[in-house]
Amino acid sequence: MNDASAETLSVAVDREVPYPPDKIWRALTQPHLIEEWLMQNDFEPVVGHRFDFRADWGSVDCRVLVVEPNRTLSYTWDAMGLESVVTWTLTPTSTGTHLRVEQSGFRADQQQAYQGAKFGWQRFFGALEQVLARAD
Amino acid sequence: MPNGHDLLFRTLADPTRRAIFERLCRDGEQTVGALTARAGVSQPAVSKHLGVLKRAGLVRDRHAGRQTHYSAELTALAPLSEWTSRMTGFWKSRIDDLEDLLKRMDQ
Repeated sequence: MNDASAETLSVAVDREVPYPPDKIWRALTQPHLIEEWLMQNDFEPVVGHRFDFRADWGSVDCRVLVVEPNRTLSYTWDAMGLESVVTWTLTPTSTGTHLRVEQSGFRADQQQAYQGAKFGWQRFFGALEQVLARAD
Repeated sequence: MPNGHDLLFRTLADPTRRAIFERLCRDGEQTVGALTARAGVSQPAVSKHLGVLKRAGLVRDRHAGRQTHYSAELTALAPLSEWTSRMTGFWKSRIDDLEDLLKRMDQ
C-alpha cells in the first residue's frame, strides 16, 4: 500500500491460516461457501459484477474491483452510509497462507477537491483521543 | 452492524465538505471568509457545507460582531473510532468462521 492508506478510514485484520491459498480462494469466491462464513450473496468472481450480501440486519451493496486468483480479491462495500472497499490478500507461507483483509473508506480518489487537504484520519483519531482524555 | 453512523458518514463523504472540516481540525477556528479564500468554491457553497457540518454536530459556530467563527467538534468523530473497532471485530469473527469452514472443506 502507499500513503493513501494513511489518508483514509481503514481497518485491517491479519491471520496465519494453515491451508494453501487456492483452498482459501475457493472459500472467498464460491457463493455457497461464502455464505457459510460471511453472508448470503450472489457473488461472481468477475470484475465489474454487482452483487449484494444479505443478512437479517440488512444488505451490503458491492461491486467486484479486482480478481487475481489465489492472490487478491477486492470489492466495494456500501453500507451504513459509507462506501468502502474490502480487499483480501493471500500470501503463501511455509505453513500455509498469510491472509489479510483490509477495509477502507473515503477512498483517495474522493479526496481531490480541496487544495492542500492532507490531514489523515489517523491524526483525527490521535486528536480525538487527546480531546477525550482532557474531558476526563 | 446497526445503523446510526449514516449522518456522519454521508456528511463526510463529500470531499469538499470533508476538506473544510479537515482545515478546521488542522488550523483551528476560522471565519467563512478565510475558509472560502482557500476552498476553491464560492462563499455561499462554503456556508452551505458549514451548515451541513453543523447539523451533523461536526462544527460549532461563534458569533463575534458581524463575523461568524467556525471550529471543529472533534468529539463528534467518536463514531469513526467505533466503526473501526466494530469492523475489526466483525472481520475477526468472520475469519474465525472462515477457518471453521476450511477445516470442513475437502482439499
